[in-house]
Amino acid sequence: MPDLGKYAFEVLTAYAASIAVLTVLVWLSVRRARRVKRALEAVERG
Amino acid sequence: MSIWEYANPKRFMDWTAPVMRVAFAVAAACLAIGLIWGFFFTPEEARQGSTVKIIYLHVPSALMAINAWFMMLVASLIWLVRRHHVSALAARAAAPVGLAMTVIALITGAIWGSPMWGTYWAWDPRLTSFLILFLFYLGYIALWAAIEDADTAADLTSVLCLVGSVFAILSRYAVNFWNQGLHQGASLSLDKEENVANVFYIPLLVCIAGFVALFLALVLLRTRTEIRVRRTQALLARAQRA
Repeated sequence: MPDLGKYAFEVLTAYAASIAVLTVLVWLSVRRARRVKRALEAVERG
Repeated sequence: MSIWEYANPKRFMDWTAPVMRVAFAVAAACLAIGLIWGFFFTPEEARQGSTVKIIYLHVPSALMAINAWFMMLVASLIWLVRRHHVSALAARAAAPVGLAMTVIALITGAIWGSPMWGTYWAWDPRLTSFLILFLFYLGYIALWAAIEDADTAADLTSVLCLVGSVFAILSRYAVNFWNQGLHQGASLSLDKEENVANVFYIPLLVCIAGFVALFLALVLLRTRTEIRVRRTQALLARAQRA
């Protein structure tokens, strides 16, 4: 861990918040893609 | 073969599957390398201390927030002119990704601004135009969700996208238009005086490549999802009619 000095809180918060937003975005996108794909396959099977 | 044939839904699904996988791999690699390099192996900056490390998130996300809107603008224009459904769906798919990039840019900017400017927020031209861009993203997504007829929704959201492009341009050039406010000029510039120092430059470029690849991968994934939703709806409607 690098020495972030007196700005450690700001730097770590920025990284945590950004990674959280990106993770949620990817997770929601992948989850919806899988659900929709399964639904389409079910409809195509009849 | 005409370039427009790639926008045929069946062909689009075929060619985007491998491209999407490569884009996800490139995004993961570039983000891991760029962020680890920037966070652990770059020095503090003389005036900004360790807060300079926020640049690896703030600049790429802000860049993508603006460019996502321009991608939506191009896709919307293609829809309005040529009525290619995939282009309208691609614009719709890009909006939540652009919104997330805008949120990251606003959050990291506020966190960075607090120790540097003494405030999380100021009604500075660039910050304000970015906030308006964020509201346009929300409005665009809400408009798609509010209109049941897909073609009408595509038409109206395309017009909204054209209007919002003014603020996307302002977000990028506000500092140049109004030579005032707290926000600095461009971090990446051909002007060596203005550009960031070399020690921060290469990891920043790697992070930007990662954000671009992630945007591409997510837009392809979400566009493919929208195409499947349309196909499902069409099949269900056909089954109901039969």
